[in-house]
Amino acid sequence: MTDSPILQYSFLAPIMIVLAGAVIGVLVEAFVAAKRRATIQLLIALFTIFASFISLLRIRNLTSAKAAFNSVMIDGPAIFMQGTILLIAFFAVMIIGDVDHFTAQASAVPGSEEEKSAVQTGRQQTEVFPLTLFAVAGMMLFPAASDLITLFVALEVLSLPLYLVAGLSRRRRLFSQEAALKYFLLGAYSSAFFLFGAAFLYGFSYSVTLAGIHTAVIGGTANNVFLLIGLLFLSIGLLFKVGAVPFHAWTPDVYQGAPTPITGFMAAATKVAAFGALLRIFYVTFGDAVWNWRPILTVIAILTMLVGSIVAITQRDIKRMLAYSSIAHAGFLLTGVIALNRAGLAATLYYLLAYGFITIGAFGVITLVRDSSGEITDLNRWAGLGRRSPKIAALFSFFLLAFAGIPLTSGFIGKFAIFTAAYESGNIGVVVVGVLSSAIAAFFYIRVIVMMYFAESHEDSLTVVIPSPLTSIAIWVSGAVTLILGVYPTPVLNFINTLAIFIR
Amino acid sequence: MNYLTSIGALPLLGALLISTLPKSKANYAKWVALLTSIVVALLGLLIALRFEIDRPGFQFVENYSWIPSFGINYSLGIDGIALVLILMSVILVPIVIVAGWHESEGGRWGSKSFYVLILILETMMIGVFAATDVFLFYVFFEAMLIPVYFLIGGYGVGERAAAAVKFLLYSLFGGLLMLAAIIGIYVISGHQGGHTFDIEKLSQLTIDSTTQNFLFLGFFIAFAIKAPLWPLHTWLPDAAKSATPGTSVLLLGVLDKVGTFGMIRYCIKLFPESSKTFTPVIIVLALISILYGAFLAIGQKDIKGLIAFTSISHFGFITMGIFAMTTQGHSGATLYMVNHGFSTAALFLVAGWISTRRGSSIIADFGGLQRVTPVLAWTFFIAGLSSLALPGLSSFVSEFLVLVGTYTRYPVAAVIGTLGIVLAALYILIPVQKALHGPITPGNENLPDITRRERIAIAPVIAVIIFLGFYPKPLLDVINPASIATLTAAGFSDPVPPAGGR
Repeated sequence: MTDSPILQYSFLAPIMIVLAGAVIGVLVEAFVAAKRRATIQLLIALFTIFASFISLLRIRNLTSAKAAFNSVMIDGPAIFMQGTILLIAFFAVMIIGDVDHFTAQASAVPGSEEEKSAVQTGRQQTEVFPLTLFAVAGMMLFPAASDLITLFVALEVLSLPLYLVAGLSRRRRLFSQEAALKYFLLGAYSSAFFLFGAAFLYGFSYSVTLAGIHTAVIGGTANNVFLLIGLLFLSIGLLFKVGAVPFHAWTPDVYQGAPTPITGFMAAATKVAAFGALLRIFYVTFGDAVWNWRPILTVIAILTMLVGSIVAITQRDIKRMLAYSSIAHAGFLLTGVIALNRAGLAATLYYLLAYGFITIGAFGVITLVRDSSGEITDLNRWAGLGRRSPKIAALFSFFLLAFAGIPLTSGFIGKFAIFTAAYESGNIGVVVVGVLSSAIAAFFYIRVIVMMYFAESHEDSLTVVIPSPLTSIAIWVSGAVTLILGVYPTPVLNFINTLAIFIR
Repeated sequence: MNYLTSIGALPLLGALLISTLPKSKANYAKWVALLTSIVVALLGLLIALRFEIDRPGFQFVENYSWIPSFGINYSLGIDGIALVLILMSVILVPIVIVAGWHESEGGRWGSKSFYVLILILETMMIGVFAATDVFLFYVFFEAMLIPVYFLIGGYGVGERAAAAVKFLLYSLFGGLLMLAAIIGIYVISGHQGGHTFDIEKLSQLTIDSTTQNFLFLGFFIAFAIKAPLWPLHTWLPDAAKSATPGTSVLLLGVLDKVGTFGMIRYCIKLFPESSKTFTPVIIVLALISILYGAFLAIGQKDIKGLIAFTSISHFGFITMGIFAMTTQGHSGATLYMVNHGFSTAALFLVAGWISTRRGSSIIADFGGLQRVTPVLAWTFFIAGLSSLALPGLSSFVSEFLVLVGTYTRYPVAAVIGTLGIVLAALYILIPVQKALHGPITPGNENLPDITRRERIAIAPVIAVIIFLGFYPKPLLDVINPASIATLTAAGFSDPVPPAGGR
């Protein structure tokens, strides 16, 4: 047996371009003078993502889809999710480009002389750019991976850089590092669960490929206990990444502690990648074992929606609030996964795109609200923002309304599509819970609007900094996309419908 | 020509124009808004003139594909019921703008945003009545909450933020229940010949009765929150007390009508069987609303609260008329919606002017206004008389029709409902007698009487009230065919009065 190693580079090109860009970024970090580093890194990152997107467009219509010994599957959903991740990353990097959010020297002890001198001399380290690119590459591989080993590699490639960048905040550094450590420890546990599950699935099917496991599932002769244990642990690993209840405990701490541009990127892009993998695994591999997992996943979806929206009400910090809101949205997305029909797949893809842009925009705005000591995330101090900077407040209100799913925003179409798919699959209970938790969620989104517009402000220290041109572009484009996807989603929906089929 | 799209888009264009005005020209905003709304009103009259009374079905139909993957169309069309409601809305908007000429100046934000919000709201109001695609209806239904929310919160008085939030959350909750029901009926349509949101096609589905009951409730609760039916009414008094008079007029006069309109257009048309099932419960709730609203109105110390509670009572009448399922009941209810719009407008506007002059909205502070400001007091009195349905004023005809229409099917309910009329006399006449006619409260001696601008604003309203009181035929001619069509399509026929008698 001689299988000549054919890698089908054209299919892998988008991922490889991003990896190459990341490596170049590392070299730049080592050899370029500190003063010019930030600009060069930013340009490299943006160009890399752009080039990757172009190469993705080129393979959009190709029919053959397997690459790298069948361990990567470039089918319609994979292409859509890779494209979504790249778009999100592009605008996220624009916001990250404001390096003022990041510590000058991550290795220096917080509060030490070393740190101070790094700040004073302007020796800003910019490893955040290559790290982000590595994460992007992992995220792109994650929804395309079609065997458990590749899946695990992708999971680690996307996670490790995120653990690091979560700790890079310039202000409240200890807090940020604590978040990073928590994220790392819990993430490591979940990776272990994932591997454990993969081992059991191998024991069940003697295969690590999704197609092979699927064959064993429909064969029905293999040991079902192994299947159940494997499925359970594999799901735990993935549900951790999407922040589903009861694996959500890390979300608020990490969202709050990480530098805000990173939080936005993480919240938007990780969700796309993780849901991409979830969709592929459940639709491709375990679709025929639906009675084994749908009940438990339904319970998780319901819990996620309810816990996310109810706990968010009690939050006093805008980033924590959005963290719980992201948990609630993970619940909505899960209803699309358990719908297990084509409408559910299309709806989830649409929702991910819509949610990604709303998230990038919302966190982009949060980076702008500061006082002399840095960002202000305490909700009470947002009082009166509507009067100080009406445009930014209006834009943020629009993002909040989109999160809440008010018509004429992309959030509404997404919610409608997902609930329709769930209803279509006969899961009416989930729809009712979803609708109720949307109503609960509306409460805390609207409370922020009340704060910004109707509350009296008691202090003058709060300012909205004039956004850097790139941040401006990112948040206004996000706003425009949210509006367009809400008013005229037809082209995007049609596009999704043409490619919403997984290839096994 | 796309009449409905034009009339709907015009206010939006006006709003765009206003928002591009430079800061230095901000005082042009109200003129642009006024002109726009007058043009819209004229266009509304033109549509009314071109409306063919005898033609069945929707008229001025427009239909474009909007989101084909979900079978969603941008389709508009009006029947007689929608026509009179649109007409009422577009006539009320310029009146509200003239009446509240200085309303926007007391707000926390500039007057530009005030008029932008009013005009956006007008677009939504027209759209919600004109939509014949359930999805499109829902979009307008939900989106119209946002401008109202900012109008209450940004320009209101007192506990405005809390009132605005309460209003929005109540409405959103109802709206989301409706969304679930809309998804439900949409999925069912998919099983029966293709996904659609077209109201006519949806009304021909066969739905088993359990599902139908749940879907009906989804729609009905949303509408019962909107046109507040006891016990879902608690947001309304708060909102009415906090909003500016103009906003209150649009809120109670137009927005709440979306609820009663929706009961006719959606609940009965889509779920005739469930409508029948739930009728007893709804009639009882309507009766409770009638009496509860009236009793609480009598006890109100705040004039705005009084008007809000009278409205709850009136919405009880309207709902009762609708669910009596008789032609007279339906026509009466629809006419009632229009009449209530105008008489509430008159009450709120005059009450607003008095409160602004007096600096208080407590009824007890209005002592002796009959002598100090006779014209204002008389205007309030006429509006009040219309609200208590004095013969010769518009509400009388509709209330009478509702009661007659109810009596033929539910005599007991009609008799109990009649009590509401007696109570109405109390809640209007007691404040008029005690406050307006009473001794002059210190501080009221030098209040100015009605100004020319206020006269211009209120004159058309009073004219409509008196005209429709004596000659409601033009409206009834338009409404009747639509009522008959709705009821026939839903399989209801008027009960035959017992022959002969003694």
